[in-house]
Amino acid sequence: MDTFQDTVLKLKHYWAERGAILQEPYDVEVGAGTMCPETFLRVLGPKPYRVAYVQPSRRPADGRYGENPNRLYKHQQLQVILKPTPDDVIDQYLGSLKAIGIDLSKHDIKFEEDNWESPTLGAWGIGWQVMLDGLEITQFTYFQQCGGIDLDLAPAELTYGLERLCAFLQNVESVFDIEWAPGVKYSEVRMADEIQFSVYNFETANVERLWRLLAEHEAECKELLAGYEKYPEKHRYPVLAAYDQVLKCSHLFNLLDARGAISVTERVGVIKRVRDLAVGTAKIWAAQQSEGAAA
Amino acid sequence: MSLDFLLEIGTEEIPHWMIPGASAQLAKMDLLGVTPSVDATPRRLVVRAQGLPDRTPDSEQVVKGPPITAGDKAAEGFAKKQGADASALRKAGNYYELVKKVSGRAAIDILAESLHAAILGIQWPKTMYWTDRSGPRFIRPIRWLVALLGDQVIPIEIGGVRSGNVTRGHRILGASSIPVTIATYESELRKNFVILAAHERRHKIEKECADLGAKLDGDLVETLTYITEFPTAIRGDFDPAYLALPAEVLTTVMRHHQKYFSVENPPGMLEPNFVAVMNTAGDPEGLVKHGNERVLKARFNDARFFWNVDQARKLADRVDDLAKVTFQAKLGSYKEKTDRVVALVKELGGDANAQRAALLCKCDLTTEMVKEFTDLQGVVGGLYATAQGEPEAVSRAIYEHYEPLSMDDSIPSTREGQILALADKLDTLRGCFAVGLIPSGSKDPFALRRAAQGVVKILVEAKLDYQLSQLAQGELVEFMMDRVKYYFREVRGFKYDEVNAVLAAGCWTLADVEARLTALAEVRPTENFEPLAASFKRIRNILKQSGYTGGERILEEDFEQDAEKELYRELERVVKVATDSREYRTTLAATASTRPSVDRFFDKVMVMDESPIVRARRLELLYRINMHFSTIADFSEIVTSGAAQDAGASK
Repeated sequence: MDTFQDTVLKLKHYWAERGAILQEPYDVEVGAGTMCPETFLRVLGPKPYRVAYVQPSRRPADGRYGENPNRLYKHQQLQVILKPTPDDVIDQYLGSLKAIGIDLSKHDIKFEEDNWESPTLGAWGIGWQVMLDGLEITQFTYFQQCGGIDLDLAPAELTYGLERLCAFLQNVESVFDIEWAPGVKYSEVRMADEIQFSVYNFETANVERLWRLLAEHEAECKELLAGYEKYPEKHRYPVLAAYDQVLKCSHLFNLLDARGAISVTERVGVIKRVRDLAVGTAKIWAAQQSEGAAA
Repeated sequence: MSLDFLLEIGTEEIPHWMIPGASAQLAKMDLLGVTPSVDATPRRLVVRAQGLPDRTPDSEQVVKGPPITAGDKAAEGFAKKQGADASALRKAGNYYELVKKVSGRAAIDILAESLHAAILGIQWPKTMYWTDRSGPRFIRPIRWLVALLGDQVIPIEIGGVRSGNVTRGHRILGASSIPVTIATYESELRKNFVILAAHERRHKIEKECADLGAKLDGDLVETLTYITEFPTAIRGDFDPAYLALPAEVLTTVMRHHQKYFSVENPPGMLEPNFVAVMNTAGDPEGLVKHGNERVLKARFNDARFFWNVDQARKLADRVDDLAKVTFQAKLGSYKEKTDRVVALVKELGGDANAQRAALLCKCDLTTEMVKEFTDLQGVVGGLYATAQGEPEAVSRAIYEHYEPLSMDDSIPSTREGQILALADKLDTLRGCFAVGLIPSGSKDPFALRRAAQGVVKILVEAKLDYQLSQLAQGELVEFMMDRVKYYFREVRGFKYDEVNAVLAAGCWTLADVEARLTALAEVRPTENFEPLAASFKRIRNILKQSGYTGGERILEEDFEQDAEKELYRELERVVKVATDSREYRTTLAATASTRPSVDRFFDKVMVMDESPIVRARRLELLYRINMHFSTIADFSEIVTSGAAQDAGASK
């Protein structure tokens, strides 16, 4: 039986063989692999790109102090971007399942409609949830728009929920019982994380300070976005740094939300603030890319 | 020669609920006058037809040339331009003309040109592009095309995919490249684990599920028919300990989340089993069964966990938490909505239980159970209310307050529930209309049509005494009236002119509208009714053209002719019947029975007499008939077959 890390290695290897760059996780908190610049920014523009990476994804409100066998504050996604989408993308995807030891002739696989949308990122796509014996194992999306910009190509995004997939492969009922490495359980690696961050996210995070941090990161982002136009050497302009600030804001919003600190009336407004930053960054990034292409 | 036709649009998995709509559009495809038949699975839309002509017939086209007076040069020039010899021209009046033979075209050429647009012209709820932004748009990527006319490939190309004679089988069990002819197409698919005909898949699902003891559910069968190419049912089990959870929760998890059928014993209690439909041929090692059982167990575990966690705080303690749940951005939180609904229930005369239910009805939105199983909102509130010792009337009202969810759904079963459901929906409607969130066209994101339809259904079926004008103002009135018409026509099956006639006479309570409609529909087939309705239009026209607005005092002895006196007496009789019986059917029947008198009146009497006083009395008579006979329904709205053409004010 493969361990968690065996499965991750096999998937990475599989996609590397198909031309994907293997990236490491992004080092700013994100709620999903989609938010990493390797997806959010790379899908923009006409330049082909293939990448695969594992992204630990933080969703403060989903934490359950490690007490629920299927719910996590932080879970691991294996994210694959194929831009442009190869014609045989589904066959390639099914091949990845074979590569991790699933004999598809003995299982039931279905593609059920599930369109993805992220209002805070101004992004949406068309796709499916892939069901294996009744279990959702992958989100499959053809991106259509990102940061409010129609995409030149429609890249395919495959997001494997690694905990679910491995619990299935290892036939365990709790994600905490997954064998991460030989003799080492998932709970040994991650339980402290789950407990402590649940306490922090739900109980002790300093709400007032989080609001201040949100405002600070927002200000930093806005300042960066405003400076692009007058900056002479466009290719040197730190748009990527602006995007980090977007991610910071998004994570702070999620924390405040988990903490129950965002009232109904505030909520829409805060989402819009983050969205404006994301859309603004995407625009400038796209402009910067086409500058580069022109130069 | 006649030829058969096959088009297979090979796609990635199309959402199941869109497939029947797309099939219906394809069935209207014009294939040189031949009507096709259509089949579909999630991965293919298939159009087949028999007996297409191999070419369209030859025809002649007349081209008008220059005037004869323009001379031979002009004639030669014209002929040359048309690619003909001048000797072929003939004279028609003052002009030359040329009769050109137009050869028919080969069917394959016509189809090669038209199929592209026919395929990409299918209307979908949402489309995508998959090559690049300028590429074709379809519901999901098109990956292969089979287009055959007889044994020839019709050449078409969409998004880089060229048509051929090669199809694909089931994703896992079939071959990925299968050459076919029109004759072998369906059997080749079958060999490759694709059952092409939806009715056959449906039948297989129904039979196998029934054999395994499933409680069939039409919607779910339909869904499964269109998410599988080779459906096979299996039965799985779960720990009977989970049966301690409410059946509503278990069933929702099985049906809505996992697309399983539940299994019930004869008295209708859930058994610890489920039936799943796979998109494959079998499960010899039991891996699929095991996998599905594992998922279901996790789901049930969640549900049990949620139930236990939720009991830590009663619904009544959660009212203030609703301030944190958005109802609608412009309309604030569910706490604010709750306050409004409580007030409205009170205003509508709801008792203490109805008001208590209004206070608690949205509290389940803060529970873990409803956050996870959103379709159980209301139901969970009702179950929790029972578990927390609320009176039965309160629990039931909460449980049912989202009803009716559709026109087929029943309305809440208790008066408390009816008033609460009414108040909840009305509040949504009033609020959304007040901030300009008014449905337009197919856009109705807040399901306001459904809410309004629910209001109408409750008002009629619960026979509630509120008048529509009391409940709605402004644009909402018109919106509600549309729903009223829709309800009586489409749901209740009354004829559209009957609905118009009754509503034109006035709309007080909807229960009253229903009573008048029922009476009208009963009396309408009687022999006198439609002719009377026709005469009524004439009465209307006469009054309109004369400009008479009533007020003349009349008595029977004021009239000279028998026909006038008779009609006057008939009017008195109908008015008396109406006052005495207060029953619409009797009154309408009495009204209809005046027909011979009305006919005789028009036959013998000239309304627009020369004498002003005679004329005024006759007009007054008609005026009163119009007034008294229009209280139940406005007969002039009734569409009569072979209605007598009205000759106007003078006979």
